[in-house]
Amino acid sequence: MAARPKYRKQDKSLIPEGRLTGPMPWVIAIMMLLTILAAAGGLALRASAVQVNADLAGRVTVQIVEANPDLRSAQSIAAAQALDQSRLVRTIETVSDEEVEQLLAPWIGSEGFDSSIPIPALIDIDLNGPANETNLDELRDLLVDIAPAARVDAHGDWLKPLFALLASLQYLALALVLLLAFATSAAVLLSARSSLNTHGETINVLHLLGATDAQITRLFQRRIALDALFGGLVGLLAAVTVLLLIATQAGDIGSGLLESALLHWYDWVILGLIPFAGILLAMLTARLTVMRALRKIL
Amino acid sequence: MDSIVQFENVGLRYGTGTETLSDISFTLFPGSFYFLTGASGAGKTSLLRLLFLAQRPSRGLIRLFGTDAVTLPRERLPGFRRRIGVVFQDFRLVPHLSAFDNIALPLRVAGMSEKELRIPVQEMIDWVGIEHRASARPATLSGGEQQRVAIARAVIARPDLLVADEPTGNVDPEMAVRLLRLFEALNRLGTTIVVATHDINLLGRVRNAHMMRLDKGKLSDPTGALRYPPKPSDEQGWAR
Repeated sequence: MAARPKYRKQDKSLIPEGRLTGPMPWVIAIMMLLTILAAAGGLALRASAVQVNADLAGRVTVQIVEANPDLRSAQSIAAAQALDQSRLVRTIETVSDEEVEQLLAPWIGSEGFDSSIPIPALIDIDLNGPANETNLDELRDLLVDIAPAARVDAHGDWLKPLFALLASLQYLALALVLLLAFATSAAVLLSARSSLNTHGETINVLHLLGATDAQITRLFQRRIALDALFGGLVGLLAAVTVLLLIATQAGDIGSGLLESALLHWYDWVILGLIPFAGILLAMLTARLTVMRALRKIL
Repeated sequence: MDSIVQFENVGLRYGTGTETLSDISFTLFPGSFYFLTGASGAGKTSLLRLLFLAQRPSRGLIRLFGTDAVTLPRERLPGFRRRIGVVFQDFRLVPHLSAFDNIALPLRVAGMSEKELRIPVQEMIDWVGIEHRASARPATLSGGEQQRVAIARAVIARPDLLVADEPTGNVDPEMAVRLLRLFEALNRLGTTIVVATHDINLLGRVRNAHMMRLDKGKLSDPTGALRYPPKPSDEQGWAR
């Protein structure tokens, strides 16, 4: 009697596995890398915007714009006293003339100050609530009589263009993520169609042996899922490496804005979920593509 | 007696050409053995394709296992196909699977576990005499070996209807007889057999087999008078 043959595990597969030799896993890896980087950029911008917004939410500056130094000084003192009594104000700090000169030095030079140049007096305030129009109007009403030269400005107003830019960049990052998801789907669709053509004869035989569309579709889904799993993990690993390098370099610069853009733990969780979303997307695309193609066959 | 297959005025046309099959009417009964003969191009393969549900007819009625197969919803086709074993003329083995796995395909498709299918597949491998080639891929098998694998795959699930297109075309006479004996054994278990063949020598080797002959797309003997050897008194296979 002949010896029983050894059955190789791969023989059980009705559709041969790609064994990561095809381009698909690498295409998915690149797509995942780019998607995660785009998403990380969007999340970092969001973190930065939230942090800056929180820092500036209650910050207000009162400027006493009065050419006469005596009047300016008197109005500044009166305004500071009034503001200190206000229920709206949490902390107040009068900016000294020396600090104002330091602030202006880059523009007019440290030697250029004389009494002929009217320099406004500055009072920095932290409000108990947000620096919205209602609170600002209340402060203006408070100061209108005792310091008619006072101008009340919220810090956030100066940074509105920056916030608008941050919002636009976040939308751009979201658009990039969606475009990359679309491109990944398109790549999977082409791969599934190509695979259907390659294995058309096998599929016909399976159909004639009584295989259902669902059985055949599962074979393709499994293949695509394996490709996407590999691609997703490689993409995630590469993206995390890049992000950690960027984070290290940003930390070395010591910029407040860059530090505020660092990702939180939940941002990392979101980034870690992207490859799995990619796998689901790839499987869904493959399923729909194969099911649609099979429906055209008897 | 309930029929297993019934064709009524069936016509088949590919595209806009002339009809490949015209006005085909016949009835097959359970447990019968039929030979389908005819010259090349007579339409044998097309008729078999209608039988194993690879094709829908252009016109006419086909009833299979008591159900209208022409209007059968697509999602119900797999269930019917699992009751039909097919030996293709060109074998159509799955190239990346071993002989064992090709033979096991119908059982796997039907959901049988690896543990359950191992013994019947091995028995079938032994029966068709390819024990030493069980792990070989089709490309490394001879034509005769491929044909035996194809036959083993067709009969492994004990189908109600076995359709074979030139099943002995690539095997030596001894193996041809052996394979016919396998078909007969299956037939005795209740499977209806339809064998398309050019080989006139096969026709006399199966007792009580009926013969259908196609000539230019038409069934030339719907009365069942033509038999090999002729037995005009027995018209069991020809209800019409």
